[in-house]
Amino acid sequence: MSLPKPDELLTGVNLHKTPEKDWMDIKPELRRGMYCGIVEPHVMEDLGLPNLGKWQAYEEKWPLPENWKEIVRRAILRRMEMHRSFKLFMDICVRCGACADKCHFFLSTGDPKNMPVLRAELIRSIIKGEFSTFGKLLGKFAGARKLTEDVIKEWFYYFYQCTECRRCSVFCPYGIDTAEITIMMREILHELGIAIDWAMKPVHNSYFIGNHVGVPPQSFKENLEFLTWEFEEITGIHIDLDKYINRKGAEILFVPLSGDYFADPGIYTMLGYLVLFHYLDLDVTMSPFASEGGNFGFFNSLEVAKRLHAKIYEEAKRLKVKWILGGECGHMWRVWHQYHNTWFGPIDFLEVPKSPITGTVFEHAKSNKIVHIIEFTADLIAHNKLKLDPSRNDHLVVTFHDSCNPARALGIFEEPRFIIKHVCNNFVEMPENTIREKTFCCGSGSGLNAGENMELRQRGGFPRANTVEYVHKKYGVNQLVCICAIDRAVFPTLLEYWVPGVDVSGVHELVANALVFEGEKSRDVDLRRRPLKHPVKGVDQPTEGEEG
Amino acid sequence: MNALVSFIILGILLFIPWLGVGVLGWESLFGIVIPYVCFLVFVIGLIYRIVCWAKSPVSYKIPTTCGQQKSLPWIRRSLRDRLESPFTTWEVVLRMFLEIVFFRSLFRNLRADLQGKRLIYGSAKWLWLGAILFHWSFFIILLRHIRLFTNPVPEIIQGLDYLDSFIQSFGVPPVYITDILILAGLTFLLLRRFIDSKVSYLSYGSDFFPLFLILAIVITGVLMRYSLKVDLYAVKQLTLGLATFNPVIPEGAKIGTIFYIHLFLVSTLAAYFPFSKLVHMVGVFFSPTRNMANNNRAVRHVNPWEYPVKHYTYYEYQEKFKDKMIEAGIPIDEEVQPEEEHEWYSLYIIESKLPPKIKS
Repeated sequence: MSLPKPDELLTGVNLHKTPEKDWMDIKPELRRGMYCGIVEPHVMEDLGLPNLGKWQAYEEKWPLPENWKEIVRRAILRRMEMHRSFKLFMDICVRCGACADKCHFFLSTGDPKNMPVLRAELIRSIIKGEFSTFGKLLGKFAGARKLTEDVIKEWFYYFYQCTECRRCSVFCPYGIDTAEITIMMREILHELGIAIDWAMKPVHNSYFIGNHVGVPPQSFKENLEFLTWEFEEITGIHIDLDKYINRKGAEILFVPLSGDYFADPGIYTMLGYLVLFHYLDLDVTMSPFASEGGNFGFFNSLEVAKRLHAKIYEEAKRLKVKWILGGECGHMWRVWHQYHNTWFGPIDFLEVPKSPITGTVFEHAKSNKIVHIIEFTADLIAHNKLKLDPSRNDHLVVTFHDSCNPARALGIFEEPRFIIKHVCNNFVEMPENTIREKTFCCGSGSGLNAGENMELRQRGGFPRANTVEYVHKKYGVNQLVCICAIDRAVFPTLLEYWVPGVDVSGVHELVANALVFEGEKSRDVDLRRRPLKHPVKGVDQPTEGEEG
Repeated sequence: MNALVSFIILGILLFIPWLGVGVLGWESLFGIVIPYVCFLVFVIGLIYRIVCWAKSPVSYKIPTTCGQQKSLPWIRRSLRDRLESPFTTWEVVLRMFLEIVFFRSLFRNLRADLQGKRLIYGSAKWLWLGAILFHWSFFIILLRHIRLFTNPVPEIIQGLDYLDSFIQSFGVPPVYITDILILAGLTFLLLRRFIDSKVSYLSYGSDFFPLFLILAIVITGVLMRYSLKVDLYAVKQLTLGLATFNPVIPEGAKIGTIFYIHLFLVSTLAAYFPFSKLVHMVGVFFSPTRNMANNNRAVRHVNPWEYPVKHYTYYEYQEKFKDKMIEAGIPIDEEVQPEEEHEWYSLYIIESKLPPKIKS
């Protein structure tokens, strides 16, 4: 199915018009392009997870197990007992509607079930209708309804139209977090055996091969080799890769993102990390087994998430490092920051992270011993440890996209901006109501960056793309910088559709391009071979003063 | 439709005390028994809800951060950052204070509009204003009522009463400011549910009902004060009796049916409270995205039911890729041993593998 043109996609979206029928009376209609394919059974079997065999969501009759109702009821109750968050969020919503127009999927579809409040009502109504005496008694008046097969379809459709970005939870007067509800609901669907291919195949890859994209160790190294050759071609600086892979006894374990060594433009961010390590001669290594900082498990089930990330600390132990450094990624950092310590702690076999270059002790990470590379680099720049020439990025007009989870689960706002302002001269912010904690999701997070749901992705990313278009037209922004690997993977597609002419990169690509190396050669292109505004004069081209 | 049903229910609720007291003369039932029972339901119900929430553990520390995190010492954190992304317990307490007393998050509210192919955002503080007017007025009115349950009336309550009625009207008694403000707030919140298409669409009967109920309570209260005068001395005799657990229906005195209607509606609200969305008043204190510190990497949070999970080991991985690794010149770990079967549990598929602390 081909996607309508950008001018036509949003025709018919009216944020102030609601359907005639009550939402409970509207049957779920699974529209092609708006949902993902169902996972292959063997993927789930290998992982020891339930599945419903080979089927697809568009089939009229879903192959639910005979006791599906019992499974769902039990799964709901269990999760309310396990998580106060879930139970509380089911109880205290007053339907004030403050969240309604905060969701990027609502803003781009106008579908009332994409208002966070109604998304939550999809399950809240069932809890009332199945477990509450009052709910059963009062029915629709109190917002209660019965569990039917259509409800399961509705859940599948709408809980996979949420990217767990938490924007709604910023505005909710009670802090109700739809991400939490979506995770629980996807867990419940998983208990039935319903899961999407695009989320679970990466989980399978990450579990058995070490990273989401399924890059085996030899290709991991080859991909990095390609990057460093390219770097040497451009700058004449040789990076010795060997010490960065699977070396025991290094001081730091660096965990990259597979998106960053798999495809353009993420690869330039990966190169950025390597260039930085080489510049500092940092005692760091990577594990090909723990070559994935991201966690597609988290989007679907906390247990699966924990199963994937256990290896990070196991590898830190095996490689006898002192602490762990993580790459630029979004949901990854929510998992690392908010869950790792509880899952795997206390982490007493590692040391409190301390930068070997500046001596800074990262007190805020003293318990779980993991540092964000953005924090690490910001600290380097603050201590003047990097020789940077920001004019090497003068061909770029940069804006920064606060990736949703680093923004709303860490609050990492100043560090990336601090770095960006030191590595380039042209930086502009997007409009105030769409940055920092109010930032918009790329529209493809939480495992929704598949191909078959392209319409959903282009719609979901529209609010973000719209503000990029604004700064593109107003200030000539031609580079969107972000700190998330999913962003780097999906923004090119999104921006090509809505705002052609804006490239996407991570922060460390800009850092690497601005780094001044001893003995570098002249170049007139940046690291991805776009022409520089001011060519770099290297050792092969001595300045006139020295010649004389 | 939902609103209509709510309104009819309210009509019935108005009719019951009118019939019971005004026609049948059951003062004791409506003046003593029902208020006591409803108050008991309120207290027990609320405790039940709180215990119910408290029984589910706080599995993870999941604050929603709306300000700069505490990381490097030279990164400036403004007061706002510290309140929106609290690191210490004190900062959390202040965040909760702002949230509960001033509705901080609601104050952030924006309005989004799609104009052609452009999304426009604007500030939208009306909901915040309506909510503040209503909640604060309600709270002050509630405090003012303490004068009916105490003798002598504490000075602070007298002072509050004085402040609230500082606008002296020509007639007696003076107008309470909160009476006007709560009516304004409630009217706004109610109209919003009718006029705003999105809010109207997602409103249940149970969203209209408390608004109607509280509005009726306010109106009956206002009527009693300004027009359908009741015997205040007799009322205080009754309320003081209730408060001291020595309830009497004042003999001979005619309190007036309007008072019993007011009291019955208040009783209904109390009994309805714990079983409705109104529990948000207590629930907000429990909200994990607001009442937890953003210090996860510095202070570990313990989850009581956390269980070990099955995971793949490096040994298995290296066995699988050994040849390829050697060929690519990646160092092989010679020391690594096959791990002994580790303990693990799962919520999925196998019932016998269910984590020990989680009920089946």
